[in-house]
Amino acid sequence: MKHERFDVIVIGGGHAGAEAAHAAARAGARTALVTMERAKIGVMSCNPAIGGLGKGHLVREIDAMGGIMGLAADRSGIQFRLLNRRKGPAVRGPRTQSDRALYRAAIQDLLADQPNLSIIEGEVADLIVEGGRIAGVRLADDSELPTVAVVLTTGTFLRGVIHIGDRRMDGGRMGDRPSQRLAQRLDALALPLGRLKTGTPPRLRSSSIAWDGLEMQPGDDDPTLFSFLSRAPSVRQISCGITHTNAKTHEIIAANLSRSAMYGGHIEGVGPRYCPSIEDKVVRFADKSSHQIFLEPEGLDSDVVYPNGISTSLPEDVQADYVHSIAGLEQAEILQPGYAIEYDYVDPQALDASLELPALRGLFLAGQINGTTGYEEAAAQGLMAGLNAARQARGEGPVILGRSDAYIGVLIDDLVTRGVSEPYRMFTSRAEYRLTLRADNADQRLTALADGLGLIDETRRAAFGEKMERLAAGRTVLENARFTPREVAETGITINQDGQRRNGMELLAFPDVTPTDLAPLIPELDEMQPEIREQLAIEALYKTYVDRQSRDAEALRRDENQVIPDALAYGEIGGLSNELRGKLERIRPRTLAQAGRIDGMTPAALALILTRIRQDERRRA
Amino acid sequence: MQTIFALATARGKSGVAVLRISGPEAHEVARRLSGDLPGPGRFALRALRDAAGAVLDEALVLRFDAPRSFTGEDTVELQTHGSIAVIRAVEAAIAATGLARMAEPGEFTRRALLNGNLDLAQVEGLSDLIAAETEGQRRQAQSLFTGAMRDFVEDTRRDLLRAAALIEATIDFADEEVPVDVSPEVGALINGVIAAIDGQLSGFDGAEKLRAGFEVAIVGPPNAGKSTLLNRIAGREIAITSEIAGTTRDILEVRVDLQGLPVTFLDMAGLRESEDRLEQIGVARARERAAAADLRILLQDGTAQGAPFEPGLEIDLTYRTKADLTGEGVSGLTGDGVDRILSDVADRLAGRVTEGTVASHDRHRQAMQTARGALELAERAFTAGEGAEIIAYHLRDGLAALDSLIGRVDVEAVLGEIFAQFCIGK
Repeated sequence: MKHERFDVIVIGGGHAGAEAAHAAARAGARTALVTMERAKIGVMSCNPAIGGLGKGHLVREIDAMGGIMGLAADRSGIQFRLLNRRKGPAVRGPRTQSDRALYRAAIQDLLADQPNLSIIEGEVADLIVEGGRIAGVRLADDSELPTVAVVLTTGTFLRGVIHIGDRRMDGGRMGDRPSQRLAQRLDALALPLGRLKTGTPPRLRSSSIAWDGLEMQPGDDDPTLFSFLSRAPSVRQISCGITHTNAKTHEIIAANLSRSAMYGGHIEGVGPRYCPSIEDKVVRFADKSSHQIFLEPEGLDSDVVYPNGISTSLPEDVQADYVHSIAGLEQAEILQPGYAIEYDYVDPQALDASLELPALRGLFLAGQINGTTGYEEAAAQGLMAGLNAARQARGEGPVILGRSDAYIGVLIDDLVTRGVSEPYRMFTSRAEYRLTLRADNADQRLTALADGLGLIDETRRAAFGEKMERLAAGRTVLENARFTPREVAETGITINQDGQRRNGMELLAFPDVTPTDLAPLIPELDEMQPEIREQLAIEALYKTYVDRQSRDAEALRRDENQVIPDALAYGEIGGLSNELRGKLERIRPRTLAQAGRIDGMTPAALALILTRIRQDERRRA
Repeated sequence: MQTIFALATARGKSGVAVLRISGPEAHEVARRLSGDLPGPGRFALRALRDAAGAVLDEALVLRFDAPRSFTGEDTVELQTHGSIAVIRAVEAAIAATGLARMAEPGEFTRRALLNGNLDLAQVEGLSDLIAAETEGQRRQAQSLFTGAMRDFVEDTRRDLLRAAALIEATIDFADEEVPVDVSPEVGALINGVIAAIDGQLSGFDGAEKLRAGFEVAIVGPPNAGKSTLLNRIAGREIAITSEIAGTTRDILEVRVDLQGLPVTFLDMAGLRESEDRLEQIGVARARERAAAADLRILLQDGTAQGAPFEPGLEIDLTYRTKADLTGEGVSGLTGDGVDRILSDVADRLAGRVTEGTVASHDRHRQAMQTARGALELAERAFTAGEGAEIIAYHLRDGLAALDSLIGRVDVEAVLGEIFAQFCIGK
């Protein structure tokens, strides 16, 4: 049986798949999302939260490019908190607790509303390859879907194994079927694979928790949302509870370590350092007598609580014992035991910067299969893979964001250039251009670019255009208003009497000068929208650094512009060490700048590569 | 990668000459000349023959296998007799194999750098070591060559990485159980590194002079005994390592090894007013050169009457000459007191060389100054209570500058430091 023909087929309906399908459809490709179970599209399989530091930046960027994660998070958010509120705006990260059911519904609604996008329920059993490139996918019922490009977002389904103590079972998430046949197909490509693990905590029944005695953490009074289109939360806001492990908890865990899958030697995969299991915490940080646990309700009407901070692979009876040793959880009922999951990932160094697999043209990989962790990291890759798959199907060149453009650029460059050694998560410290790549200006950085790629709808275009006009007008007002230090001092602002006239932006650049302080001098500030006023203040604060970073970025862009031909014969370059040559041949950097970021690269070797490129060019000329 | 070869010892007659061959074909090239080769890391006596089978010389053949060689490549060294004709014949036989070409100057070292056998500072150290003429220079170069700069960078880098990790932890893991107030430790770490850099920078002038050599100007009125003293210094049992004709015909230089320090004594025209145009130029040049020297010795004519001579220059050491006539002071003629002059000079100059200073090239000074500038900004932002992200920005700059001395910076290193120290993760 043959279905109609699609430009792009996305396999998987997780966070990478949903974003990929939506982006591909927006970019003008006839797109199909194939998933085993339609109702599970957009499921949050780990903790019910979106955003955070670095991650919140990613969501803002996805939104600025017309993606859906930010909108879904805003529609389902039940506890919005801006992390690092008291630190500089560049390192503030929006975060929300989401209602699981509402989030899933929001994603499914957004996909349903998107023209050009079909959802097909079925198991993809195989990829159809013709002439060395993707030609379609074959479903388990042997029907075929012809296509030009495939985005594979199968998460932990590749040889996923679940561990609870010494019990083990095959599967991706609890209760899902693993895709063994597809895994065998990928094996045939002989891709470099690695093995990772991650863990989840036991889920608790909310009504069995003694909330009364617990410290409660409410959301922010003035919630910061994700989407540049959202204004206020859609649903009721709730608080999370906070409790702690204690000496008895640690005693129970220490006594049963040998029964943990991790410590019993059942798991070979590498886990993330930033999300250790409770066993890890007790062993590695033995001097700490207590660890914090956030009790996160999974939804407004849900009776399930996600205890964030005690993920584990201990057997069920030990889980019950240690949970009951914790204040407030003495009577807690475990609805689902915690488990560790081990899975294969494809070494992302095998991908090019468009997330396509050179070993099989037309196949794009996105999400956890590339060794990342987190919904946001997955969605960001999905967005770019979906966009690039669509562009390939339409005969257009790939779009690659640079490290100085976006956190998305940092993420993908880290993956394809350096690979991963543990599940990769975004941090603000990964971004060299952190002061420039802020959550607050993601739209200014990316929306116009995305619009040029056809990713932006009319509503967003209009809202963005209006905001840009207001910002430009506000900037002009501030730049044209100039004052002597004496005039400034008269308003009560402390300022050096150096005779230097300063304009409004320069005055706002002082760390302790706020728009309110300046209002007596520049009355127009009072008339500006608060959002615009705040944005200009942030711009002013970082102006000197952003200017400097943009000069640095200019130098980087020169190197980014030096394309390394795919066919460059590293073997013939004299002077390259064998180790570096091996890495270069494996990673095949696209530009000189990317080559420079390969682990162990030296300036001398870069010079050799550049010389070789020049020689080849001369020879051809 | 081409195979290269070159004579590693000085050209000319000598007991033994060493020819080095390095690159993928090095073993094959040697095999064509010597038949079979000894095992890796071993040597053997072999007859070297040309393609026609004629014996060129008997030589010790030393075999090194990559990466365990100076260059990190397969290498063979041929120890032949140090005859000009033998060397020429062996070189011709190597070239005739068509598998190797003559190395460019410094090419072996460049390959060692590219293959990671040496870092940039070690290359500098090696070149200093080869150029070293005195014990002080040898010790200095040896320390750079054996990795003293890498040790310095690694020590300071460890502290800055720790400071950066503390700051980054408060940013990226704000809702985790990391210490909230990291300021006392961060402040101490930054200031510690600034102090370490300052130590290097304050020792730089001395270290750079030790590397390049000190200049000591002998000044005084005409006929005060300057040339006599110079001749005496040149004639003493201190090694003369070179005698360079002055850049101007009036300035004479004698370079000596003074207790391990490389010192050039300058004998110059007597400083006096003159009607003679030529002498005026000589005097002007002498003043200029003396002013730029590291030390100025004033010789007063012991037999002169009246007020002591005023040189119009800052003077470090003053002696009365012609002790042979007056019975006091020093005498270049008899050598009386010259030892005292030399030990005074050596003491003064040695005082300018700080033990443990690794920064001896201008490149080192510039990188350290850049690092210091960035750390100062970090420290200022820190004291002024500016945002953690601003302090982190400057710290990153400082780290990059230090790393440019030998290597590069890496955000993974910062994250690794964080994870090693704090319990991160809910």
